[in-house]
Amino acid sequence: MKVSGRIIYEGSAEGEVLVSRMGISFFGGIDPETGIVVEKGHELEGQCIAGKILVFPTGKGSTVGSYTLYRLKKNGLAPAAILNQECEPITSVGCIISEIPCLDHIPIQSIQAGMQGSIDGDTVIFMESIDG
Amino acid sequence: MILTQEETSMLEGRDGPAVQKSMQILSALGKIYGADRMVPVTSVQVAGVSYDNLGEAGLEFLSSMADGGGRARVLTTLNPAGMDVENWQAMGIPADFAHSQERVIEAFARMGVLTTCTCTPYLSGNTPGKGDHIAWAESSAVSFANSILGARTNREGGPSALAAALTGRTPAYGLHLDENRLPGVTVEVRTKLEGTYSFGALGYVIGKRIEREENRLVPFITGLNDPGLENLKSLCASIATYGGAALFHIYDVTPEAGQYPLPPEIWVVDQEDIDRAVEELSTPGQAEADFFSLGCPHLSINEVARIAELIRDKKVRGTFWITTSRPIKKLADQLGYTRIIEAAGATFATDTCCVVAPIKGRFRCLVTDSAKACYYAASKNRFETRFLPFDSVVREAVK
Repeated sequence: MKVSGRIIYEGSAEGEVLVSRMGISFFGGIDPETGIVVEKGHELEGQCIAGKILVFPTGKGSTVGSYTLYRLKKNGLAPAAILNQECEPITSVGCIISEIPCLDHIPIQSIQAGMQGSIDGDTVIFMESIDG
Repeated sequence: MILTQEETSMLEGRDGPAVQKSMQILSALGKIYGADRMVPVTSVQVAGVSYDNLGEAGLEFLSSMADGGGRARVLTTLNPAGMDVENWQAMGIPADFAHSQERVIEAFARMGVLTTCTCTPYLSGNTPGKGDHIAWAESSAVSFANSILGARTNREGGPSALAAALTGRTPAYGLHLDENRLPGVTVEVRTKLEGTYSFGALGYVIGKRIEREENRLVPFITGLNDPGLENLKSLCASIATYGGAALFHIYDVTPEAGQYPLPPEIWVVDQEDIDRAVEELSTPGQAEADFFSLGCPHLSINEVARIAELIRDKKVRGTFWITTSRPIKKLADQLGYTRIIEAAGATFATDTCCVVAPIKGRFRCLVTDSAKACYYAASKNRFETRFLPFDSVVREAVK
């Protein structure tokens, strides 16, 4: 499957897809020292975002969240890329200062967890995971 | 979005990596919000200063921007830090925190940012006028600048405000455009409000209502006569905290109010609504008060004078923080208020406040006149709250 989106921060990346149907708050929602989602009741609670192609509709919460992404990057725990339905300022600014490839206007309903994703410019190619 | 030749050069890196990164941030925001151009700004207020919120990563980012040649191109002031810069020991701030905080402030200073460390820049010489395009962070100041001064700013975050400072630009969308400043609902206040606490409660009532609505409406408030600086400061902080409101108009008071007719949709606020808000802002059956704080947003000189008048020759129980900006503190020193207030056992926590200082869990119950402070005391610092009128906070502290 091949989709294209709008470039928020340009780059190329590959990785396993991690999908959330819920919004993500980076500040308070993700532990910057482990990369694990810690927001109570979040559908990704307990999962690690490091190295993943992180797919979620849109960001939420405190603007300090941009710095949480930067901290994850410095700790080697940032997602490989972020794909949004609609990007907002917290995520976009976080991706730019942390140099994490980011696209939005992505039809995220059709993306399944466990797929392998590959991003180049405004294009994403998804493949079923090799493990099946 | 169409960029000028100058802006394109910034984006391509002509002015170094810090300016380039800044222009990348502004371009992305412009793209997200559908701006067709950048607009020059005359003033910036940067937030994201307390090391408690920034952490080591935030500090690293700011240092990299300073190293990358970032210099403020317009008047740029700074939000409160996590401590009194001159007197942090008296606040019980650990030395390692203090040193990290100093490095944050030093990074801003290297970029030519005036390290005012206040949430009320409009009381310290960063006071834009009607129609000025500016880029401010700090939600209470954003609300004050748009509503009370008639300047034009979106609610910027720390990095986007810094980006505006280093380029002198912001993308033209949202509240920079005439059509987004129109009032959408008339808010009829049918009771007489007095004091910062009542105006904070009003901000809570209107803010909560805005949050419940599907479309975010700009309120046009009627029924407030001669509200005064301190009450407006309190209202701005509260309506921004509880409703995310960056702009409202007040009939016969604010500078743009005369340009618009009253919207047909009406929300009524009566004394019962205010009473309920007051009740909700206090924790039911709260613990014995051990922390008193006035100055959210930072105190005006008038308010400091009032505290001195009420506290003279009394003795404070527990911890009492007086939070204000450095210039107001200097004025208080000069006028003799500081001596009176400190003799009573209260502490000036200048450059900071009870919202951004690293005091999570240090106290059990905060007593304050600030609706905004109640929100952050409960959510960020895990305190119980007691919401009282300004004078009563002082009286409780010396009881």
